[in-house]
Amino acid sequence: MNRILWILLIAFGLLAPYAIYPVFAMKLLCFALFAAAFNLLLGYAGLLSFGHAAFFGGAAYITGHVIKEWGFPPLLGILAGTLFALILGVIFGKLAIRRKGIYFAMITLALAQIIYFFANQMAFTGGENGLQGIPRGYLFGFIDLSKPLAMYYTVFAIFMIGFLIIYRVIHSPFGQVLTAIRENEPRAISLGYNVDRFKLIAFTISAALAGTAGATKSIVFQFAALTGVHWSMSGEVILMTLVGGMGTLFGPVVGAFAIVFMYSELSTMGSWIDVIIGTIFVLCVLIFRRGVVGELLRLVELRGHRSKQQNIES
Amino acid sequence: MHFSIDLILAQMMLGLSVGAFYAMLSLGLAIIFGLLNVINFAHGALYMLGAFVALIGYDYVGPWFGFDDFHLGFWPALVVAPILVGCFGMLLERTMLRRLYQFDHIYGLLLTFGFALILQGVFSNYFNISGTPYGGSPESLSGIANLGFMYFPKYRLFAIIFSIAICVATWFVIERSRWGALLRAGVEDAKLVQAFGINVPLMVTLTFGFGVGLAALAGVLAAPIYSVSPLMGANLIITVFAVVVIGGLGSIKGAIISGLALGLIQGLTKAIYPPAAHTVIFFIMVIVLLTRPAGLFGKE
Repeated sequence: MNRILWILLIAFGLLAPYAIYPVFAMKLLCFALFAAAFNLLLGYAGLLSFGHAAFFGGAAYITGHVIKEWGFPPLLGILAGTLFALILGVIFGKLAIRRKGIYFAMITLALAQIIYFFANQMAFTGGENGLQGIPRGYLFGFIDLSKPLAMYYTVFAIFMIGFLIIYRVIHSPFGQVLTAIRENEPRAISLGYNVDRFKLIAFTISAALAGTAGATKSIVFQFAALTGVHWSMSGEVILMTLVGGMGTLFGPVVGAFAIVFMYSELSTMGSWIDVIIGTIFVLCVLIFRRGVVGELLRLVELRGHRSKQQNIES
Repeated sequence: MHFSIDLILAQMMLGLSVGAFYAMLSLGLAIIFGLLNVINFAHGALYMLGAFVALIGYDYVGPWFGFDDFHLGFWPALVVAPILVGCFGMLLERTMLRRLYQFDHIYGLLLTFGFALILQGVFSNYFNISGTPYGGSPESLSGIANLGFMYFPKYRLFAIIFSIAICVATWFVIERSRWGALLRAGVEDAKLVQAFGINVPLMVTLTFGFGVGLAALAGVLAAPIYSVSPLMGANLIITVFAVVVIGGLGSIKGAIISGLALGLIQGLTKAIYPPAAHTVIFFIMVIVLLTRPAGLFGKE
């Protein structure tokens, strides 16, 4: 099953700009990376962060600033944004992992709100207007990123690197320990694991990759805005993960595609879109907790069981 | 730099009136959390709903039914809104929230987050996002009172006194009455209380309704001060979350005291260094987390 999804993802990634508008395809990939990074924390470590907008939107501002004002090349700019998100992740993580569960969510939300107010007040962010006119520049000094295809494949490469990092983390002993902490924290502690350290590292990786996604998006769209650091962005990434299936590798990617696609389809509906998003939230939580990919995997597993049983009977 | 004492006092009084709202909202959150273990993200939206009940009751209900002269006044709204919104909250708890108690607590948070979005979205479609002024402010409370050391709007003074009275009364009921004792026992061990013949699920529903009603009451109280807007709760609730973290979630007393105190501190900040007024509560939260992770009044 996972092999099919890998093939689908890579095929989509390679062919997308020929089938859909390249900027839209890049948007899909940026949000997919954001959601996948978020899922590393929620799905595997069991920590619900309500403040990931701070990393996503904050990194976008930093990347935009260093490229526009300091003349950084694009990759170095993205790296700067990622580094910012990583440092912020360490700070937020150190504070938030002092509490668990609902408290953790509330603390991350409140911390992210500080970043929102800073973004609103500081001069370099442009406040309500946002940071506009970020030049795309030249990759390695000679590939012109203002050409849509060049930009697209750069974004795709960044997405794949981020996604492979997440894959590696999940399928490493480190990832196994994270899952163990999610399932039974006291037992993980009694087995001698330094639980807080694992949580902090997971939080930091997740924050940094969310930053990469935000930084990349700021180059694609050539601006960074307040919506990126607003709490509703933190809510959106939760929804993407929930719809796709938390704790599955491909779920967040599917969820991000679905939600971004839905937003663009319903963009003319004004505030009704909030009502629709809220309704999806409610339905997901009440009856669809596994998400699309989660349900799919379960279906495959059930069928596997059934055919095995039939084999035994015959 | 020097500051005039008058300005600082004025800002502190204004801060106290904001703190009165923090206290009422965080009190409702604390009561709901105590029994249900759910953080009600829709609390801000229900506060907004309370304000809208007052607004709609005053401006719209009469014409809808053909009585153009009918206005639901401020005082009736103070009773009607909490009851209506409380019933709405109980319906929510009965039909949806209840199904989630067996799962991780974060699902309750996510469900109520979805509800907050729905409520905000619906009202944003029909009302101006930047706010509608409420016309029903009570005549008797208009004007300015002389406090001796300063002049202060009468209505804000009323709002401070009224919400402190409500908070103290709530504290008294929960900590001192038989009903409150049952409630606290239910928090400790729901199964045992049920075994004594108390209908715990009903108690949970009523408690949720009460907490939500407090939010609506705060909403009505806010209507004459702030303009009534679909996003008024969304902007407030995150600050209230920080207040709750500072006070310690388990504590009724903590919610009230830290709500009022943080309002005061915010007012003080506005007088001394205005740009920090929005963030000061969050920074205090950081300091509290570093020194007392369970909150000032919380127990681990």
